[in-house]
This record gives sequence, C-alpha cells and structure tokens, in this order.
Amino acid sequence: MSIGIIDYGLGNLKAFESIFSSLGIDSHFCTSAYDLNASTKLILPGVGSFDWAVTRLREQAYLDRLSSLVLESGIPILGVCVGMQIMTSSSEEGSLTGLSWIPGTFSEFKFPPSSNSPLPHLGWNSVVSHNTPFLSISNDYFYFLHSFHFVPDDPMIYDNLCISNYQYDFISAYQYNNIYGVQFHPEKSHHAGLRLLQSFSSL
Amino acid sequence: MKTLRSRIIPVLLLSDGGLYKTCKFKKPQYLGDPLNAVRIFNEKKVDELTILDISASRNKNNINYSLLSRMASETRMPLCYGGGVSTINDFTALIGLGIEKISLNTSLFTNPSLISEASSRHGRQSVVASIDVVEPTLLHPSYRVFNYIKRTSRPISLTDHLKDIVSLGVGEVLVQSVTRDGTQTGYDRKLITLLKKQLTIPFTIAGGASSFQEITQLSLEHCPIGLGAGSVFVFKGKYKAVLLQYPHTPLNR
Repeated sequence: MSIGIIDYGLGNLKAFESIFSSLGIDSHFCTSAYDLNASTKLILPGVGSFDWAVTRLREQAYLDRLSSLVLESGIPILGVCVGMQIMTSSSEEGSLTGLSWIPGTFSEFKFPPSSNSPLPHLGWNSVVSHNTPFLSISNDYFYFLHSFHFVPDDPMIYDNLCISNYQYDFISAYQYNNIYGVQFHPEKSHHAGLRLLQSFSSL
Repeated sequence: MKTLRSRIIPVLLLSDGGLYKTCKFKKPQYLGDPLNAVRIFNEKKVDELTILDISASRNKNNINYSLLSRMASETRMPLCYGGGVSTINDFTALIGLGIEKISLNTSLFTNPSLISEASSRHGRQSVVASIDVVEPTLLHPSYRVFNYIKRTSRPISLTDHLKDIVSLGVGEVLVQSVTRDGTQTGYDRKLITLLKKQLTIPFTIAGGASSFQEITQLSLEHCPIGLGAGSVFVFKGKYKAVLLQYPHTPLNR
C-alpha cells in the first residue's frame, strides 16, 4: 500500500513524504494517472491562492482519473489547506470554480477594525472535533496559516466536522464520506499532526 | 473555546554554515552546529523556527540550500528562512524545499517587486518582511531602519517603511531591535505598541528577551503576537554557557 501525494506544483510534498517515511508508511508523488492508480489513499496538499491552485490542478492530465478515483471508487483523500479549499465550489479569494466535490464555499475572516486579530490567521490554534474524533483528533493544537475559512452549504450532511475559534467559531476540518479536508497543516503540527496523518493512513 | 495562541520563536543566526549569536548585531559568537540545534528545537516542539543567514547577502546571495533542505525535512513545525533571497527563483526554490515562510530584508529595498511576485505565486502568507530597527535617541527621536550589511541607518522611518511593504503585499513582519539584540534587557514595549497600532497583519518582535517569564507574560498580554528570541533560548547562566532551552507551552507539556 502506498499513499499518493498529489504533485500539481503546490504544497509541501517533501514534508508529507518525510512524515510518512518516519512512520514507516510508503508514499510516492503523483504526476500521472498511473501514479494515482497506484495509490491506496491520496493527499492533496496546497499553499497559495485558490485560483492559482485550481488553475494548476486543472492543467493536469490526470484530473479526470483523480475525480473518478475519489467520487466513484471512494479512495480516501485528505485535502490540506488550499487542497481542502479547491475540493469545494468556490472561494471569496478567487473567481474560479473549484472541483465542487464538497458543497460549500470559503469566506474571508471579517473582523471589526478595533479587534486585535491580525490576518492571515497565523499560528497554533485549538481544533475540536464536533462529535466523534476526527482522524484521532478530539481536541488538539494545530498550525494554521490562512485568511479564508469554510462555510458549508448544509452542515448536516457531513460525517464529521472540526471547530476552531478566531474571534468567532469556524469550521477547520470536514469529512464527507471518503473526502477529508483540513484547514490547518498536519505536516507542520508536531505530534498532533503526526497522529492525524497516521490515523488517515490507517483508514 | 480556546483561540489562537501567541507564537514563541527561536531566531537562529547562520554565518558561513555555523550557528552564531550576536550582540547589537555585532560580535558574532560561535554556538555550534545549526542542524543539530534545529533538531533539538524540533524535539522541544517549538512553535516555529526562524533561520537567518547573516552572511548570505554579503557572500553574493549564496544560500545554503543543502543545509536548509535537511532542516526542512527534519522539522515538524513551520520554518522561516531569510538571508540573501533576492530573486523569485531563490524564493521558489526555498518554498520547494519545504520552508513555509521566506524573509526578505535587503530585497525590500533592492527589489521590492519581488514581494508582489512572490505573493501572487506562493501566497502572501509566505512572504515575511524583516526589518531591523534602532531605538530612538535624543539626536534621533524616531525608530530608524538599519542596514545590517552597511551597518548604517537607512533614510526611511519605520512607519513609512511598514506602510510601503504592507501595500506591496507582505503577509507578516519580523522586527528586530538592533539596540536590544543579545542584551537580555527586555523587549522594547514601545515598539510593540507602535507595531500593534500600525499593523493589521501578524508581526513578530525580536531583540532583548530577558527571560521565559517575560516571554510568557507578553505572549498573554498581547495575544496574538510573535515573540522571537535568541540569547534566552541558547545561553544559560552568568557565563553564557551554550544550552538550548525553550519554555513549556500547551503544545509541548
């Protein structure tokens, strides 16, 4: 079994590879349908802007195969940060349409000018799972670095959600069937991140 | 519901491949092997680590990619690197190594368009503006921006420089007090107030941290704030023995 780390030009691929290696888990980078087919699970990393990520992913010849594996074959996929964002429909950050695998959009944090809450949301914040543990996480600190947060069309349809707080409560992770998305960076969140990635690889 | 915590950040100085500590940006004292230091701080589960190569700009922007690559692959927390980054290719290469944030200092003046280019390609959160400041004196009653290569003040005030770089699209600012660097006499509170008032983006202040107690107190008082420090994390005792330390936090308890 090998975890496929999708390479579409963005994101911290090496960090994921390094973590899986330290956990004794096989992983490989995916740059083709062949690579995707060899994956028992998938990671969709991402840093940067929504439109940039969508554009880069849509350039990949393997996108149809990826969609089919996720939506039809039910291969578990974990979207991280921008990866989580582009799996949804849209973001206030950009004008392009996302993959729309997940119904929902991304909104910018909006605070009154007097609040001492700088943006982007940067640093370690608490993540609390809504009902059952989310990939082994019930209540832990993770590293965040983003300005937009998830707004689901209908929160009731999700198998699980995680909540965090920055001036107000917001959704920091979702699970919809085999599709997982985390706003924070498990690959840069010490032991909590390691646990989450180990849990994902054990699904 | 718990919320965003302040960040407590060891700031490590590289010079020609070795780890050093300065005092008022002078008298670099050799500490040891930087990779080993990074490993130790990773084990201590620090919030973030900032690595600044103070020799890179002097050595024709010679960035130590192989060392940084190893550092990035061994750390499970975000890294920020600065030193000799002058082109978008440098920036992109460093991001590709797995470094989350890249700090620009000299380039803010020599190639300001790099900020917007890097912001649009990698996201503004990856662009950190590093500003070294000299505290006001009787002769110069405002904060001055320091050129660490030429060792002179730049002809721009801190507030004007901050306005410029924010409008160009940086995601975060690192402000280091040259005056307090290595002195362990306490952070510059007035500088913190100035930065909080002027900035709506995150910032980290460094220079002068006197103790873990001070760091903890400020981290709560000004939450969320970034508190960078060197001496207090690498020296122990009156005779400044080299010992890497880090306070207990909810993360590493």
